[in-house]
Amino acid sequence: MAEIEKTAPAAQPAAPAKKPKKPPTPGVAALRKVVSDVYAAAWEAKKAGRPVGWSSSKFPCEIAETLDLAVVYPENQAAGIAAQHDGERLCQAAEDMGYDADICGYARISLAYSAGVETTNVSRQMPQPDFVLCCNNICNCMTKWYENIARMHNIPLIMIDVPYNNTTHVDDTYVAYIRGQFDDAIKQLEHIAGKKFDEKKFEKVCGNANRTAKAWLKVCNYLQYQPSPMSGFDLFNHMADVVTARGKVQTAEAFELLATELEENVKEGKSTLPFPEKYRIMFEGIPCWPELRALFKPLKTNGLNVTAVVYAPAFGFVYDGLDDLCRAYCKAPNSVCIEQGVDWREGICRENKVDGVLVHYNRSCKPWSGYMPEMQRRFTEDLKVPCVAFDGDQADPRNFNDAQYETRVQGLVEAMEANKAAKEG
Amino acid sequence: MDTIYTLGIDVGSTASKCVILKDGKEIISKSLIPVGTGTSGPSRAISNVLDSVNMKKEDMAYILATGYGRNSIDWVDQQMSELSCHARGAYFVFPDVHTVIDIGGQDVKVIQIENGAMVNFQMNDKCAAGTGRFLDVMARVLEVNVKDLGMLAAQSTKRVAISSTCTVFAESEVISQLAQGSDKCDIINGIHHSVAARVVGLAHRVGVRDRVVMTGGVAQNSGVVSALQEELGHQVYTTPLAQYIGALGAALFAWQKATRKK
Repeated sequence: MAEIEKTAPAAQPAAPAKKPKKPPTPGVAALRKVVSDVYAAAWEAKKAGRPVGWSSSKFPCEIAETLDLAVVYPENQAAGIAAQHDGERLCQAAEDMGYDADICGYARISLAYSAGVETTNVSRQMPQPDFVLCCNNICNCMTKWYENIARMHNIPLIMIDVPYNNTTHVDDTYVAYIRGQFDDAIKQLEHIAGKKFDEKKFEKVCGNANRTAKAWLKVCNYLQYQPSPMSGFDLFNHMADVVTARGKVQTAEAFELLATELEENVKEGKSTLPFPEKYRIMFEGIPCWPELRALFKPLKTNGLNVTAVVYAPAFGFVYDGLDDLCRAYCKAPNSVCIEQGVDWREGICRENKVDGVLVHYNRSCKPWSGYMPEMQRRFTEDLKVPCVAFDGDQADPRNFNDAQYETRVQGLVEAMEANKAAKEG
Repeated sequence: MDTIYTLGIDVGSTASKCVILKDGKEIISKSLIPVGTGTSGPSRAISNVLDSVNMKKEDMAYILATGYGRNSIDWVDQQMSELSCHARGAYFVFPDVHTVIDIGGQDVKVIQIENGAMVNFQMNDKCAAGTGRFLDVMARVLEVNVKDLGMLAAQSTKRVAISSTCTVFAESEVISQLAQGSDKCDIINGIHHSVAARVVGLAHRVGVRDRVVMTGGVAQNSGVVSALQEELGHQVYTTPLAQYIGALGAALFAWQKATRKK
């Protein structure tokens, strides 16, 4: 067999020099470090033989933080894996294990990872769990997802069940029910951590969590400025911190630093939005992480800034005392009635002065997408702005179509133009 | 004042349509090639529409492309979504229109119109049920020409219920109805109501206001139009120009741009 001829590679024309990436601002760099530290701390704990927990994003993080337990967040991991285009492979792996393609994409990625399928996104590799913390205020799929992980690894599942709210207020019986589970979770976690729960430390952690929440909400509120000093898509990136490290003082400090940078932007008339803001829209739902570039492209082309998102401020839990904490964790987007949901969104739309609404019908999130047609009807009627929907998925790129999305965005722009022209007479 | 000619090009998923408009008022030429984006359809449709009036691209004051494949034609003056173009085209033909229903090859749109401008719309999700493609699939199974579906449905004496949830399942339902000896015309009647049921769901999300106008290729199927009327409870109007409405709207927007440019 002839040996393959070894030749020197033909001279290639010099590739155009890549535009150097703008270094992150100190606030953004601090936020990135917080998240990296969360993952690093989990690896460190694992190496040292200490237990590592996997937690749902809206499980009261204050308990594990008080007990110095290392905890990582599969939702953040799945979003990161999906954003780095490794989600489809893990979704497919979960499907090969027998999980249905209709199950949430985050759950499929997480279940595949839990079963040992490694990700190519090094920054989101995390140690396997020794216990899991599940709170179903964010969705009910979560319960089965975490039960499956607990069964795979034969580890404890600490569950906090939050009842769905049919009214806009949280009943005292709900608070008592959650408080009871909270006390039980503390006992179970004391056993896992091998130490007593320190009330003084708990107060301090709650102080940090409240400080983080307030700083986060302040950051979110900068989108009210017209033009906005930031791109609404920035919030999606910064959410990693509020999901994974609410109870840490470093997170509060990083958000406070970011808020001062945004304040400077307002004063100097600058923005992180890389194009002039022509229209302001609400983006409803979780972004399609694998398709961020495709999502952003027609927004950029048409000068659309996302100045309202309900998903981001929904993580700003501000409370005073334990009962109030239980009450705050009752109010997650998927555990409240439609009246509350509409009220939140319309409030943000008015305060953040939107011209239109872009709704993501997220195949992964049935509870969130299921009530959207009625919400859209109400937004259109109450806010008098066009409201457009597209199909997609938070993690599985197979459920998104670029061309369909582009047509809908272009249609939204044209409807906003017509609306504006009609208002101006 | 010089005469202004504008060209509207609608590159759909299954057909390419062109309209040349004189002074924003009169259609002087139109063309249709029954293949759409990614084929020779768009260039053939453009050549045909120009050749038939002995004109060139350069004679056009403004050229605007719309439809699913609009971005594949990059030499035009502008691209716009088919939503606005269908709204504008329908308004040109029916000045009192408030609701446009466009069933195309692979999507369904319901557009709300105020004073000729699109104010809101709804489109189908990632599913072929209720689209022109759904009818193509059914016509193939029934061994009839898709163009004859309306005429055959008119001969139906009773409607056979066909699912509206999925093209694949609806296809097997049709096969099973054929196997049971159901009349083809009754099955076609059921298929039309299945399409109408999908569209009605979308239409009610936007809100239906008279006059309701149906555009797009499927508007030529009288069976779908009458099923839609029945399911919607509103009179549904259509026009022999139904398939050209997107291209007409594009030519109208082009005229608007050309006169503003002056």
